[in-house]
Amino acid sequence: MAKVEQKTVPLNGDEAVAFAVKQCDVDVVAAYPITPQTIIVEKFSEYVADGEVDTAFVCVESEHTAMACSITASATGARTFTATASAGLALMHEMLGVASGCRTPVVMSVVNRALSAPINIHCDHSDAMCERDMGWIQLYTENSQEAYDSIIQAFKIAEHLDVMLPTMVGLDGFVLSHTLENVSILPDEVVKKFVGIRQVPRVMNHEGELVPFKLDPANPLTIGPLDLHDYYFEHKRQQEESMRKALEVIKQVHDEYAEQSGRSYGNGLVEAYRLDDAEIAAVCIGSTAGTVKTVVDELRENGIKAGLLRIRAFRPLPVEDIVRNLAGKKAVAVMDRACSFGGDGGPLFHEIRHTVYDLPDRPKLVNRIYGLGGRDTPPYMIERIYRELQKIAKTGQTADTVQFIGVRE
Amino acid sequence: MKRLSEWKFTSKEFAQIPEKFLSGHRACAGCGPAIALRLVMKATRGPIIATNATGCMEVVSTIYPYTAWSVPWIHTAFETAAANAAGIETALKILRKKGRIKDEHVDVVAFAGDGGTFDIGFQALSGAVERGHDFLYVLYDNEAYMNTGIQRSGGTPKGAWTTTSPAGKVIPGKTENKKPIADIMVAHEMPYVATASISHWKDLVTKARKGMEVNGPAFLHTFAPCPRGWRSETAKSVEIAGLAVQTCTFPLWEAEYGEYKLSAPSKAIARHPEKKMPVEEYLKTQRRFRHLFKPENKPVLDDIQSEVDRRWKKLLKACDTE
Repeated sequence: MAKVEQKTVPLNGDEAVAFAVKQCDVDVVAAYPITPQTIIVEKFSEYVADGEVDTAFVCVESEHTAMACSITASATGARTFTATASAGLALMHEMLGVASGCRTPVVMSVVNRALSAPINIHCDHSDAMCERDMGWIQLYTENSQEAYDSIIQAFKIAEHLDVMLPTMVGLDGFVLSHTLENVSILPDEVVKKFVGIRQVPRVMNHEGELVPFKLDPANPLTIGPLDLHDYYFEHKRQQEESMRKALEVIKQVHDEYAEQSGRSYGNGLVEAYRLDDAEIAAVCIGSTAGTVKTVVDELRENGIKAGLLRIRAFRPLPVEDIVRNLAGKKAVAVMDRACSFGGDGGPLFHEIRHTVYDLPDRPKLVNRIYGLGGRDTPPYMIERIYRELQKIAKTGQTADTVQFIGVRE
Repeated sequence: MKRLSEWKFTSKEFAQIPEKFLSGHRACAGCGPAIALRLVMKATRGPIIATNATGCMEVVSTIYPYTAWSVPWIHTAFETAAANAAGIETALKILRKKGRIKDEHVDVVAFAGDGGTFDIGFQALSGAVERGHDFLYVLYDNEAYMNTGIQRSGGTPKGAWTTTSPAGKVIPGKTENKKPIADIMVAHEMPYVATASISHWKDLVTKARKGMEVNGPAFLHTFAPCPRGWRSETAKSVEIAGLAVQTCTFPLWEAEYGEYKLSAPSKAIARHPEKKMPVEEYLKTQRRFRHLFKPENKPVLDDIQSEVDRRWKKLLKACDTE
């Protein structure tokens, strides 16, 4: 399919998300405002008030209810969206597992923000990293354009009948959410056609008949029952199976979208930047990738073989893609914008180290924890990481595996 | 103000209505909440979607791969019965508007125990009512966290023994009074609030139907003894629920748009105060109160009686039948 003609409009990350949701023919939005996600809720309320969307908006009294409401709306067959950040995501924690366990394909944007205490409204990834094991697909974006594109893709991924898992799309608080950017937008009808009308799978009811998997008076189902030692394990195993299938679906949906929009992000799972012949590489998530790319370009101009691997899909973890891209590198720095206290490194470091462990020629790995609570991470700081990697590549020796950068110690 | 219409039926007609909360569930013998749920589900008027908070009724009715529900039913968590109903109701409304589901009205009913209503689920309930979702919330009140083994809730009455308000050497059971949850719901200025007891089944089902018919949120507080938690005889649950009404411990009333009105069984007591039984007659049927009958706990018994009297008087005033 040929690339579709698009308009370019100035939008910040939150507005880009709200605009994407507006185009996706969403049935129910249940949300509670929290900085720095607020603009999404405000903007969407305006769309509703102006009759620009055919969506029921529930302005709930808490994030916990936002998620509960989203789960049951989705279980009733509605396409459902919500958005949150930081403490809001933490308050939802209990319900996140219910959303994935009930197989309700809710889409949620998480405007990544530090967790309390001390209270801080700025960006880091500690909120979403805490939810790693809740059974949600997690995509992280580099800029507002990608946030827009990813929200549209997220509905198609989550609702895919082989997947049926809730999906969160992360965008960095303030860095993206409140920063104006030129965003190319697809025409409404193209997006509407791309996401289609939500379909539900058919499941076996108590009479042994195949019926639509939703709350439907004509085909009664009991959803969310008590599930003990005799069946719970099988259901959790199925969830993992769907998560594995999601790897392929994320790539497919990404490619299909790329054909129409002309925009792609690696293979949809990871984005390798000047990595093919690189000897040293950084691995990161989110908006920092933009800064890292600039640094990589400068290093390359000076003949240093540096590259970047940006993880777009953190759950499911694209193990093969990570392995393929990091095999043969001499030294790699994993950059974490979250801390796993007492865990000897950040969450991304643990994951990356795990994936490359079995490689016969695995690179030397270090972890650099940066930017907590919105602490700025300028290019010179990233350049310093690459200089260290050069040393490690040369000597084969790593001094401090885990280091905090940009912090007063 | 236009009063809500009343569902008229004969006992025979009622008996012939197919069950929607089916037998075979694993509730204990003499379970009051199971009776309340069965009655409410028989009062439904058409297509319905039900939701449950975590609790005894969820646990006993849906042990996978079995279910006692012949209607669509969902459970998500303990504190979410009202939030669940809000999501279902909102989805039904928009999907119907968009022509993606059958064009018919579907009633939404949420069930939760006292723990899920007085305590952990109260915020979600208050929010859903404030937003005006069209659903019936049925509280089955057995006056403690029975599913986890009889711990006190905001619905546990003063003096009651529970495992977290034990009758000890210095503290004689729960020291606080029961939260007046139904009055708190009336204060939301919601369209319909009622109390009902499994002892007065006709009154209960009539109110349940009214709660479904009303446009907007409705709250039905059903009184439902738990023989395990109350340490009472399994065969006497209905009788004990009746004594709660007769002693005015749990009076029956309804409030349409904030206007209180006594229901017949309690109205009879209001008209003939001599019919009002002493609260001890109710308390002595349950061993959760047995420590109160020790001489040293007489002041607690007196306190309970005077609180029942005070609340009854307040109710009569609200109903303008003093």
